[in-house]
Amino acid sequence: MPILEVKDLKTYFHTRNGIVRAVDGVSFSVSRGETLGIVGESGSGKSVSCYSLLGLIPQPPGRIEGGQAMLDGEVDLLSASEKTLQGVRGKKISMIFQDPMTSLNPYLRVSTQLVEALRIHEDLTKKESLDRAIKSLEEVGITEASTRIQFYPHEFSGGMRQRVMIAMAMITHPELLIADEPTTALDVTVQAQILELIRERQKANNSAVILITHDLGVVAGMCDRINVMYAGKIVESGTADDIFKNAQHPYTVALQRSIPSLGSKGKPLYTIPGLPPDLSRPIPGDAFALREGITSGGKWDNTPPPLRQVSDTHWVRESDVILPPLEEVLDG
Amino acid sequence: MSVKANLSPSEKRLPEATVDLDAIEAGTSLWQDAWHRLKKNHLALISFWVLIFMGVFCFIGPFLSPYDYRSNDLEKTLLSPSLQHPFGTDDLGRDQLTRVMVGGRVSLGVGIIATTVSLLIGITYGASAAYIGGKVDAAMMRVVDVLYALPFTIFVILLMTIFERSIVLLFIVIGAVEWLTMARIVRGQVLSLKKQEFVEAAVSLGYSTRRIILRHIIPNVLGVVVVYATLTVPAVMLLESFLSFLGLGVQPPMPSWGSLIKLGADNIQLFPYLLIIPALFFSLTLFSLNFLGDGLRDALDPKSSKD
Amino acid sequence: MLKFILRRIAQSVLVIFVIITVTFFMVRFAPGDPFSAERKMPEHIKQRLMEHYGLDQPLMVQYGNYLGQLLKGDLGPSFTETRSVNQILKASFPVSLELGGWALLIALCIGLPVGITAAVFRNTFADYFPMAMAMIGICLPTFVLGPILALVFGVWLGWFNVSGWFIPADRVLPALTIGLVYAAFIARITRGGMLEILSQDFIRTAKAKGVPFIRIIVLHTLKGGLLPVISFLGPALAGIISGSFVVETIFQIPGMGREFVSSAFDRDYTLVLGTVILYAVLITAANLLVDIVQVILNPRLRFEDS
Repeated sequence: MPILEVKDLKTYFHTRNGIVRAVDGVSFSVSRGETLGIVGESGSGKSVSCYSLLGLIPQPPGRIEGGQAMLDGEVDLLSASEKTLQGVRGKKISMIFQDPMTSLNPYLRVSTQLVEALRIHEDLTKKESLDRAIKSLEEVGITEASTRIQFYPHEFSGGMRQRVMIAMAMITHPELLIADEPTTALDVTVQAQILELIRERQKANNSAVILITHDLGVVAGMCDRINVMYAGKIVESGTADDIFKNAQHPYTVALQRSIPSLGSKGKPLYTIPGLPPDLSRPIPGDAFALREGITSGGKWDNTPPPLRQVSDTHWVRESDVILPPLEEVLDG
Repeated sequence: MSVKANLSPSEKRLPEATVDLDAIEAGTSLWQDAWHRLKKNHLALISFWVLIFMGVFCFIGPFLSPYDYRSNDLEKTLLSPSLQHPFGTDDLGRDQLTRVMVGGRVSLGVGIIATTVSLLIGITYGASAAYIGGKVDAAMMRVVDVLYALPFTIFVILLMTIFERSIVLLFIVIGAVEWLTMARIVRGQVLSLKKQEFVEAAVSLGYSTRRIILRHIIPNVLGVVVVYATLTVPAVMLLESFLSFLGLGVQPPMPSWGSLIKLGADNIQLFPYLLIIPALFFSLTLFSLNFLGDGLRDALDPKSSKD
Repeated sequence: MLKFILRRIAQSVLVIFVIITVTFFMVRFAPGDPFSAERKMPEHIKQRLMEHYGLDQPLMVQYGNYLGQLLKGDLGPSFTETRSVNQILKASFPVSLELGGWALLIALCIGLPVGITAAVFRNTFADYFPMAMAMIGICLPTFVLGPILALVFGVWLGWFNVSGWFIPADRVLPALTIGLVYAAFIARITRGGMLEILSQDFIRTAKAKGVPFIRIIVLHTLKGGLLPVISFLGPALAGIISGSFVVETIFQIPGMGREFVSSAFDRDYTLVLGTVILYAVLITAANLLVDIVQVILNPRLRFEDS
């Protein structure tokens, strides 16, 4: 049974310029030991959907308009009280964020921040908590942990800080870890290490992992299943094999083509023309088809395209977008 | 190149999150953006109009008044407000309405001129320090640090007691106090701009130094300067009125709101209107300046603390 | 860190020295002298007085003598009173100190809670109302607020005396006059500082860990949020001191502020210098303390010694 099952999540932001439908009917699930990747451009709703689960959306102007998110079949996160959510956060579901430079409190020692989750969620003595905290640092590969735990965050490098974040997230052995662009702010060399670390910690705890990223390359090595999001909706969902070997949705294909390493050397890079849509206006049909510079057959311009099943594991949203071939785009 | 189905143009396209690249490059969309935000801030708008009113009241008003601010009329001393003298008269029979108007001229005048003086000194000093950078910058800011530590109010009082009380001295002295903050702010802003990515981007695109300064750095610094200038004026006015209260400001018979308030304070028991009216004008002006300054600051800084 | 403290102390001493020197020469260059203010004095008597006080000697010599005396703690005689400067200050300084102390206490006890509440409950009534009040406080100078308070609470309601410094209740109105204005500043700065911290990413991290709201405010936000207030305390003290000049005049309080202003008018060189030196030491010491506290509270500052 999946540890998390989300059905039809809708999160809108009521702003002065209109209602922004950041997440517009998203469903997914993830099980223990499994890694789910959520891929999309900025503004696709990938982060907002996960923030909604933990009640981290600022409630004015944001609002969860509908849906259900069952944690372990017991609690609906979307309708839970703040008290319940506080119990879940950091204990059953942990989150790590994109920028390790700003995500740790510069005024508090690392020890304080590590131990905090334990003080809140578990009943340990000071010494026990500290010992566990030191151990958690060692588990993420920080040497001389017992000395360094007393440091302040700015005394660590970016990569090490992200390791601290991971330690902080995993210290309570959560059942689900949500990683929001965990490597985007890091050097390429460090990225691989961090991803490897996440995978290793996941195995040790048998946790589920949701990995949010805009980078298909990151997702390729790490994820068992992948959801591709666009304009607040999931446009394709499948196993890693499904997505990489048999991508059905034009957007997924376009994303794959955009990976620089897949292009031939010396040739200009493939880019998707146009810009993501303005989510404050209602989108009558296939958002991708209505993108500037994108050609489509017009079938789904005014009707929301439904999902089509490709196989047991593979679903795709209908779309009749015709992607410009590689060479043509480069002229435009 | 592309062929679309038969749909009317308005339905075919989705409104895109538009990005005005030219405007970004010019740095001017910041102003348009800010103007929009400012217009929505009702308090700031009201303040702006209040200030316009004050300006007209103080600078044009006296020409319309039948009285002169100096003319004594010892038979009409300390009259309460009436139709003839809407603000009453003071202890020498002078019409308070006129005196409040002229006093406003002085107070506002001092505020604006002294702020301008401190602006000019501060911007030059701060921008040079930031632009030259390195050891010169460090030395210049050291000087500022030491000067900052000096209790300026005390020196101002000393200077005003010691030397001939002239209005020019007043301007210089007050301006000399405020330039330090402006210098620090300008330097900070220029430094942070120097490091910012869009400057590096401009450099890498091959823009000339002149273009970078004119189109990228100055608009951004100007924003901060405008905000702090608007907030410095009330501080200067407070300082001037403080001095006037101690008898160190403009000399009688020339009134300033500070000296009018002093007179009012002395007579508060029997003639409260002498205090309340000038105090009201003074506070209202300060209020408006502060709210406008706050509004400008919020409008120019997208990460404002309001939302 | 020790290096930092020593450097700041050295800097402070330098600043005080500069202040003494500048004031010394500034006052001397003024037209007039201590004896011409009161009544027309026969020239030879004046000459004798000048000699007696050493005022006829070259300026640099006087300066040197003054510094020498200063090191022994002697601030010299007053030219307008029979008491020595030391005696005058001994009597008036504690008064001003008490006034300033109460004012600061009021400012902090009102300003801090108001600012914190406003930040926590931002954009609600608990935010708008106090901030509007605070704005009024900032725009109402002490010399307006003072007389109004005196009128309302002293004359109309008769609760307090409007002048004098005799009974404990006499402290209330003067301290409130200064204290309320600075409470307004502190409230705004606290609110700003707290909001700045609350908008940071690490607060989101704390929330995502399940940290309860109160703990977020107290443990995660206060330390950083109060930093701007701390650095404000230096200028605040200077402001309270200058506020005291006005308040002591309005409420007839025998403090140092009055001495300073009148001695400047009277060209009483030594008294002026004495008061200025005392103020300078006070303000410089306060700035030093504030800087040190800031370094203690903000771990990021500790390592930037280069």
